[in-house]
Amino acid sequence: MGKYLLRRLLNYAILLFIAVTLTYFLAATQLNPRGLFEVRNPPLDPASIEATLLQYNLSDRVPIMERWWTWFTAVLQGDWGYTVDGGHVNDEIARRMWVSLRLVTVGSILGIVLGVALGAWTATRQYKASDRAATFGSLLILATPILVIATILTILATKFNQATGVRMFEFVGETGDRGGYPLAGLVDRGQHLLLPTIALTLVGIASYSRIQRNLMLDTLGADYVRTARAKGLRKQRAVMKHALRTALIPTGTYFAFSVATLFTGATVTEQIFTFHGMGIYGVQAIQQQNVHGTVAVTAFAGVCTLTGAVLADIMVAILDPRVRLS
Amino acid sequence: MSLDLNPDHKVRRTQSGTVLSVQDLHVSFPSEAGPVRAVRGLSFDLAAGETMAIVGESGSGKSVTSLAIMGLHPDSARITGSIKLHGEELLGRSDAAMSKIRGNELAMIFQDPLSALTPVYTIGDQITETIQIHRNVSRAAATKQAVELLDLVGIPSPHLRVKSFPHEFSGGMRQRAMIALAIANDPDVIIADEPTTALDITIQAQVLDVLKKAQRETGAAVIMITHDLGVVAGVADRVTVMYAGRPVEQGTVDEIFYSPRMPYTIGLLGAVPRLDADVKEPLATLEGNPPSVVSLPPGCPFAPRCPMVQDNCLTIEPALAPTDKPLHTAACLYSSDIAAENRTYRDIFPIPAIPASPLERLPREERRSVLRLEQMQRHYPLMKGAVFRRRVGTVYAVDGIDLEIKEGETLGLVGESGCGKSTTILEVLNLKPPTGGTVVVFGKDVRDIGSGRERKTMRRDIQVVFQDPMASLDPRMPVFDIIAEPMGVHKVPKAEVERRVEELLSLVGLEPSHASRFPQQFSGGQRQRIGIARALALEPKLIVLDEPVSALDVSIQAGVINLLDELKAKMGLSYLFVAHDLAVVQHIADRVAVMYLGKIVEIGEVSEVFRHPTHPYTQALLSAIPIPDPHKERSRERILLKGDLPSPANPPSGCKFRTRCQRFATLSEGEQQPCLETMPELYVVGQDHHSACHYNRERQVV
Amino acid sequence: MSDQLGNKILMDSEVESAIEEVGSGDAQRPGDVRPTTKRLTRRRLILRRFLRNKLAVAGVGVWIFLILLALVGPMVSPWAFNDVDRRAYLKPPSQQHWFGTTQSGRDVLALTMQGLRKSLLIGLLVALISTTIAALVGSFAAYFGGWTERVALWVVDLLLVIPSFFLIAILVTGGPQGSSSWLLLVLLLAAFGWVLSARVVRSLTLSVKEREYVLAARFMGLAAPKVIIRHILPNISSLLIIDATLGIGGAVLAETTLAFFGFGVQPPDTSLGTLIAEGQRLATTFPWIFLAPATVLVIMVLSVNAIGDGLRDALDPNSQSGGKAA
Repeated sequence: MGKYLLRRLLNYAILLFIAVTLTYFLAATQLNPRGLFEVRNPPLDPASIEATLLQYNLSDRVPIMERWWTWFTAVLQGDWGYTVDGGHVNDEIARRMWVSLRLVTVGSILGIVLGVALGAWTATRQYKASDRAATFGSLLILATPILVIATILTILATKFNQATGVRMFEFVGETGDRGGYPLAGLVDRGQHLLLPTIALTLVGIASYSRIQRNLMLDTLGADYVRTARAKGLRKQRAVMKHALRTALIPTGTYFAFSVATLFTGATVTEQIFTFHGMGIYGVQAIQQQNVHGTVAVTAFAGVCTLTGAVLADIMVAILDPRVRLS
Repeated sequence: MSLDLNPDHKVRRTQSGTVLSVQDLHVSFPSEAGPVRAVRGLSFDLAAGETMAIVGESGSGKSVTSLAIMGLHPDSARITGSIKLHGEELLGRSDAAMSKIRGNELAMIFQDPLSALTPVYTIGDQITETIQIHRNVSRAAATKQAVELLDLVGIPSPHLRVKSFPHEFSGGMRQRAMIALAIANDPDVIIADEPTTALDITIQAQVLDVLKKAQRETGAAVIMITHDLGVVAGVADRVTVMYAGRPVEQGTVDEIFYSPRMPYTIGLLGAVPRLDADVKEPLATLEGNPPSVVSLPPGCPFAPRCPMVQDNCLTIEPALAPTDKPLHTAACLYSSDIAAENRTYRDIFPIPAIPASPLERLPREERRSVLRLEQMQRHYPLMKGAVFRRRVGTVYAVDGIDLEIKEGETLGLVGESGCGKSTTILEVLNLKPPTGGTVVVFGKDVRDIGSGRERKTMRRDIQVVFQDPMASLDPRMPVFDIIAEPMGVHKVPKAEVERRVEELLSLVGLEPSHASRFPQQFSGGQRQRIGIARALALEPKLIVLDEPVSALDVSIQAGVINLLDELKAKMGLSYLFVAHDLAVVQHIADRVAVMYLGKIVEIGEVSEVFRHPTHPYTQALLSAIPIPDPHKERSRERILLKGDLPSPANPPSGCKFRTRCQRFATLSEGEQQPCLETMPELYVVGQDHHSACHYNRERQVV
Repeated sequence: MSDQLGNKILMDSEVESAIEEVGSGDAQRPGDVRPTTKRLTRRRLILRRFLRNKLAVAGVGVWIFLILLALVGPMVSPWAFNDVDRRAYLKPPSQQHWFGTTQSGRDVLALTMQGLRKSLLIGLLVALISTTIAALVGSFAAYFGGWTERVALWVVDLLLVIPSFFLIAILVTGGPQGSSSWLLLVLLLAAFGWVLSARVVRSLTLSVKEREYVLAARFMGLAAPKVIIRHILPNISSLLIIDATLGIGGAVLAETTLAFFGFGVQPPDTSLGTLIAEGQRLATTFPWIFLAPATVLVIMVLSVNAIGDGLRDALDPNSQSGGKAA
């Protein structure tokens, strides 16, 4: 098992290396940091532009392989490079990953738990009114970009705040003015988290309930559920103990997979609620021709994806005896 | 055995007399095409300790009956009539009330033991769960009892195996565990729904034996649902024959087998190839197929297939009525005629005359060789790992076999699943060099095939018919395209193709007008005929038949077997006939080869091998085949093999069969030595009869 | 990496194997050459099942309406999408402008129809291209096995390591601008959109390739590409149809998210995504600019997903949409 896991990790490392290298080539050729200086007014001296670019290993006049090698050797020492104005990419990422984590954790967990519960419940009531309502609701949410959901939530929250005169919902940033009472800091953060959490939870419920419902429908008709009933278990209990337990294996795997990706955040939500997280950093890096920031964010996302994959493998081994022993 | 199967709290309410009484049971389901009337008017009484078999082909309503008794039918089913257990009505009870009975007084054994056990719980947990649902015992006590139950059903080292998961058990062991589960609470009625259909023949014998033991221990009444008349002859006291949802004949096992009074039963019995048949003669064929229970025409449902049909059969659906014996009932308007003249299937059903092949007059040595395998091997690397696959061993799927098929000859290749027979035919069909030895087709070694073009040309002469008539025809193609496809590949002119397809369709007994239909529109037997027509399209010399009738119902099977017999004689074909059903092989083959774990253990002329088997495996295999004759079946001595087929990746040393061999166990230590050390070669034991045992000894088993 | 999709693969392959069995229950009567009127053909059976799903039928109606709106709408509308009404800046819905106007005095309805046009085109093209790639890569990989399969799977894994959003964003930023740039966007969305479906196609092909009719075709000497095109792809066509249908919605949503950050369709082209992105900035004060395109988008995606769901149910005889007991 250990040897097997090691091989798997090695394969992932190779995958990651190639994916990140390709991304580097892509970013370094497609993004144009020189353009940032050339549009400055008054115009800058071309020699000093070149000097700055060279200083940060961003000059497109240096052969791409050479730039890559310089970048890669630095990365091996843990240095992900600088932006044209001298900002260190490492600092940004180290700070922003926690912002993302704070933003999405509660919403993601609520989404999974409630989604799985809803999916399992509706599966046992297939084609009844409650199932149809839940199905329609899920389809509606899944058809709506989170951008639209979040915006509608802010419209509604604004109306609520105006109508009640209480600033119940906050939707700019992580923190704001806080009162002087005990735990005010926590309450303030909670207020800021409320809307994004609702948005993320809604999407989570919608997608997980669909997945879980389909999984449950597969196991509900399984022969072993019939066996469990033939042994004398009541229908509800047979379903809970035998069908749901088996149907949770893929969901558990999926959950493990998504744990690591919590750090990469939810780009759209971050933008709308002004959380300075990882996702939005990636977008800004591309918009600002920030080669090193872009590569670092994608590499970070890649690490998270693969960590998720490893966690998912481990989760399967824990949940599914058929995998555990073979 | 100190097994307390009758715990104190449980009072047996019926010591003798009727335990279960079903009266006028009707079950129907809604479907796209209209209501499916799955069961129509079934009645029977079942006494304690008695075994009643419900026999019928697929769609006859036998499995629906069992689910209705258990109350496990889908919610959409409509059920009327009465089901009484110990005189108390079960129909209309709530799920909660039925749950108290299920697993306690009524128990059930399902067909497929792989899917019937929950994959994520251990076998022990699933048995203790059953015990604890109905009895207030501690977990430790329940586990202890689970171990005892596993021991009772013959699971080796049960105290360890109780912690195993279902996927770690072989099919036979899972079915034993299912039986343990069923008898855990000492039920009064056990319903076994095709309990051995998914199992190999030697495992079937073991499981039936365990089932009998379980019945003895519990004194339960058993409802045995099966399509296998041989199994019925061996286990049943009484029999109900079902056809199109309707019971058509009921009586004791002797009455049903020795004096059937309903033409369907008679035809069914005549259509089964029998191991104890003395002379090879064509089987009775029941033309046509069972009707769809969605849109039943008026009258007797069997009338369209019945050779005795009269006008009033088409208008009146006969009810079960007493025959010459009061408790033996049959649903036929003319059962008294049958009784009066004591008519058998030979009197009622047309028996086709099958001409002898002109080739058969030639002595075997003078005929040309069509296929020859010499020390053929096929080893597969055993791979592990999803990303980096690495070799962890070798699967010895076929481990050096010799056989030869001459022109106009049928060789039957038999053995249990995993013995290497499927690998053998794939190896022949691939026309590529095996890992060892040689394959010689029509005198040409496949190693000498130079180009893909040459291989393609050779494919003309060697065609295949597969087991599953559902899977072997592309559902998206009309029949014409299916049959024409091989001719297209080999560039037969268009005009010729059209004429030929028509000719082929009538040759296999289908209408030329069927050509524009899709395979789904045909029944299993008809589809298999389409598959045969496709195989014949290029006028091949050798046809490889991979279990061509095992997926078909008995009444359909006979027609296909007769067709194959007839085509062989007419067209001078050679067959490589792979099957696990030895009775079918005895019927159709000239020679037979018995395979075990990648080796041929006995080979020779079919009647010689089956009448005078000398290899212990052949003997066990033959003795495991049930014979549809209650007297013979009950007086037979059965050889029960130990355990399961070893893995072909890790075969035993010396003789591959020694781990399960019944003869090996009786040998002294000195005598056992050769078995442990060397795989015996095929010794000559008779005229065209070889057997690979160090201690070849003939034994009568049929 | 390989397990996150396990459940989808499993569900789809079961759907498919069950599809094969449609119509097997109603076998023909013996030697019966008369046409039987009672028997339903597979096509009619599917149609009947589909028609039973009211949501899906409504989806078809809505789609027909939307396509008409996109094609005919601009011709009958009094305002062209680039007309500027100097008397109406940021006006709410009125007689002249049913959906109101933007800050530059454009008619929101006309803009929405124009955006719908492009979004529909993008959705359909992306779904078509990516399903085609998925079908070819998945089926060839599975049929040939060995190295072909390993390379294909490896490429699939590679494309999944880094979120495709960032890669598309980089390429759009560095790519050509102008009126045909939306074609690049279509190609990029398709180039990253086929991966997950290819896996499903592969696992389905693995099961179909062992079917005896495929073996039969092989043993009669049919060349491999012909076997795939003639016997394998038609038999997984229901999956491909469903995949393409659901792919339309996916592509439209992806474009919306990209457009939100300015990586979507570039001016002078406009799509629902770019309209929503523009409207979002003023959504709390002038919601109509945002709500009109957002509503059309949600309706469009919802109805196409409903059609996809209806197709899945109709093609899958296991679903319990059978008639009620008489």
